[in-house]
Amino acid sequence: MSGVGLVWSNLFRKKVRTVLTLLSVLVAFVLFTMLRSVAVAFDSGGFGPAGVDRLQVSPKFSIIDPLLISQLREVERVPGVAAVTHADWFGGIYQDSRNFFPKFPVSPKSYFEMFSEFAIDPDQLEAFQNTRTGAVAPAGMAARFGWEVGDKIPIEGDIYPKLDGSRLWEFDLVGTYLHGDRRDETGSGVFLFHYDYFDEAKQFGQGQVGWLTVRVEDPEQAAEVASAIDALFENSLNPTRTATEDEAQREFARQQGDIGLMTTGILAAVFFTILLLTGNTMAQSLRERVPELAVLKTFGFTDGSVALLVLAEAVLLGVVGGALGVGLGTLAMMAIEPQLQQFFGLIEVTWPVVASALGIALLLGLVVGSVPALTARRLSIVDALRAR
Amino acid sequence: MFGQIFEITVLNIRNLPARLGSSSVVVVGIGGVVGVLVAILAMGKGFESALDRAGAPDRAIVLRGGSSGELSSFMDTDAMNIVASMPEVVGSSGELFLIQDVPKRSNQSPANLAIRGVAEAAFEIHPEVEVVEGRRFETGKAEMIAGRKAAIEFEGVDLGATMQFRESSWTIVGFFEADGSAYESEVWVDLATAQSAFRRPGVSSMRVRLESPEVVDAVAKRVEEDPRLDLELRSEEDYYAEQSESLTALITNFGYAVAAIMAIGAVFAALNTMYTAVSTRSVEIATLRALGFSGLPVVVSVVIEAIALAALGGVIGASVAYVGFNGWTVSTLAGGSFSQIAFDFAVTADLLQLGFVWAITLGLVGGLFPAVRAARLPIVTALRGE
Repeated sequence: MSGVGLVWSNLFRKKVRTVLTLLSVLVAFVLFTMLRSVAVAFDSGGFGPAGVDRLQVSPKFSIIDPLLISQLREVERVPGVAAVTHADWFGGIYQDSRNFFPKFPVSPKSYFEMFSEFAIDPDQLEAFQNTRTGAVAPAGMAARFGWEVGDKIPIEGDIYPKLDGSRLWEFDLVGTYLHGDRRDETGSGVFLFHYDYFDEAKQFGQGQVGWLTVRVEDPEQAAEVASAIDALFENSLNPTRTATEDEAQREFARQQGDIGLMTTGILAAVFFTILLLTGNTMAQSLRERVPELAVLKTFGFTDGSVALLVLAEAVLLGVVGGALGVGLGTLAMMAIEPQLQQFFGLIEVTWPVVASALGIALLLGLVVGSVPALTARRLSIVDALRAR
Repeated sequence: MFGQIFEITVLNIRNLPARLGSSSVVVVGIGGVVGVLVAILAMGKGFESALDRAGAPDRAIVLRGGSSGELSSFMDTDAMNIVASMPEVVGSSGELFLIQDVPKRSNQSPANLAIRGVAEAAFEIHPEVEVVEGRRFETGKAEMIAGRKAAIEFEGVDLGATMQFRESSWTIVGFFEADGSAYESEVWVDLATAQSAFRRPGVSSMRVRLESPEVVDAVAKRVEEDPRLDLELRSEEDYYAEQSESLTALITNFGYAVAAIMAIGAVFAALNTMYTAVSTRSVEIATLRALGFSGLPVVVSVVIEAIALAALGGVIGASVAYVGFNGWTVSTLAGGSFSQIAFDFAVTADLLQLGFVWAITLGLVGGLFPAVRAARLPIVTALRGE
């Protein structure tokens, strides 16, 4: 009988125990996959991939301060700046506050040029550009709410009432766009509408925007360009703070509190528990098999190969349990992700998470198996056989 | 019958020390589940209570119509005076609410610190706000008092220090407490000074004290129907409950989900242990059966053992959660105010009780199947030793 065969038949000597141990390892890795993915999404702000050549120009002191649309022209002239666009936080409620999704007033052409990873039909972009009350929504969001191109989308402005005192904004949906990632399936993303209409119709704050997004000519020069922009407005009424898109997203994520730390704490508790549970089970299963191992040694199996046999059994349990757990965790994450997006943004089970899970599974097997393996190695044939 | 159950249970518990290793698996597994469950739910409870405590039953908040929070609300003095002179309103305070980027002590990353500009009347409307160190700010001066939690969370919030917001600098002259409520995460300054420093005329919101909690609806209707006003009045309790609702629900569901997944693992481990416990004692159990003990006492005794171990795990898990987490302060960005709100984990008695109920339930599930197997074991096979 080959070594692999021996490991196999050892594992299934007590089916119930093996299956139960495997399941508890699996459960630990289901949790690992889900919690790590949430933490990773959280740390990056869950906005999807940041552009390496993009900077975000925000008000220096607080997000409640405005920037001016006139600042955009000045930023365009800063050396190293390739393009600039702007956006603002509209707030707003569609039907019910539980239906939350972000809504930005933007300049259609320059916004889609800046975020070139978003795919929109050129005719629809043209229509967006030419329709003052126009809006475009992510295709997934339109599907989620049952919107068709041509529909009027009513949104109540909780921050911005209109000039005439009413709070009801109506936008004409002229198109949809795609992100090219999972946001398209889950219906998240940003509802975009025309800045010109917003600026003209809002009750206050004409000529103001929330933040600027800058594309630099050379990502290597990002830091210099950022300082040059901030220096430009340092002594104005609207000073700025410029950071790479990635930094800005992380900064916002850190405001939510240290979720990463919390999930790591939970995982540590889970693994401590599982390690103890499987370790104990393995040791127990070995104790019952002491005479058999002695028989193997009598047949001429070396100390090393008997130890290896025991270790292989533990590693196999760890890796198989880990791999199944990662698989199941990924499926579970995909199932619940739409509900979590409001809080964590886009959540994906990334390859680094999968790789670290499998690495830990291997380590778990090695740690748990090493003590029984050593015992098996030291086993003296005479004592072991006498114990029978 | 009960005599038999008692006999077997005593026998089982007597030889527990011999099975210490495998029995501890049940204790640790279930302890882990209970510890994680209680700790996460304590976080949700803590957040909920920080916001709940900010509201009082006889107080109401007035916001601009359609505003979802103080940050997006504003009103002028005329509107304030109309509400303040309504017959059921016995006191009022106009308040300016702002946020500024201030680095957090923990990671030096800028976060939103809430600043509330208030006049003298605010301290009558909010009697829970009590200066515990230093003194109140003086009217007309660029002085501030900081909530205890704001001082813990934010860099530079120290007694006697000055904080720079744009062109203005403010001296911290006192610390206040407010019954553990969300106000403790704010800094308070003189209203008129803040209005000029931040170039904000008017106020964000108005807090009113009503003659009794019962008149809230009547006053809300009066405010809504007044053609001169575009305002909404809500009881503070409703307002804060709404603010805490979604995050509390998220944390609570997260806690149950993680604990439930862990519980599955713990039940597998408990089953493992109890099956083994039963199989190592199959000869003893069969002997008892041969002596005339019936199947039921065997089942009950195994279940009792599993529950006893689980209960021990539950107590340990809940204690670790209490000792390790109760009172631990964390902070998050609250949706409604868009500012940092710090709160303490609250490991309450009902959470401890809930954890214990979980432990017992898991013990029952983990013990039942092995118990049934033990009782069904054919006596002869068992006595022969497998």
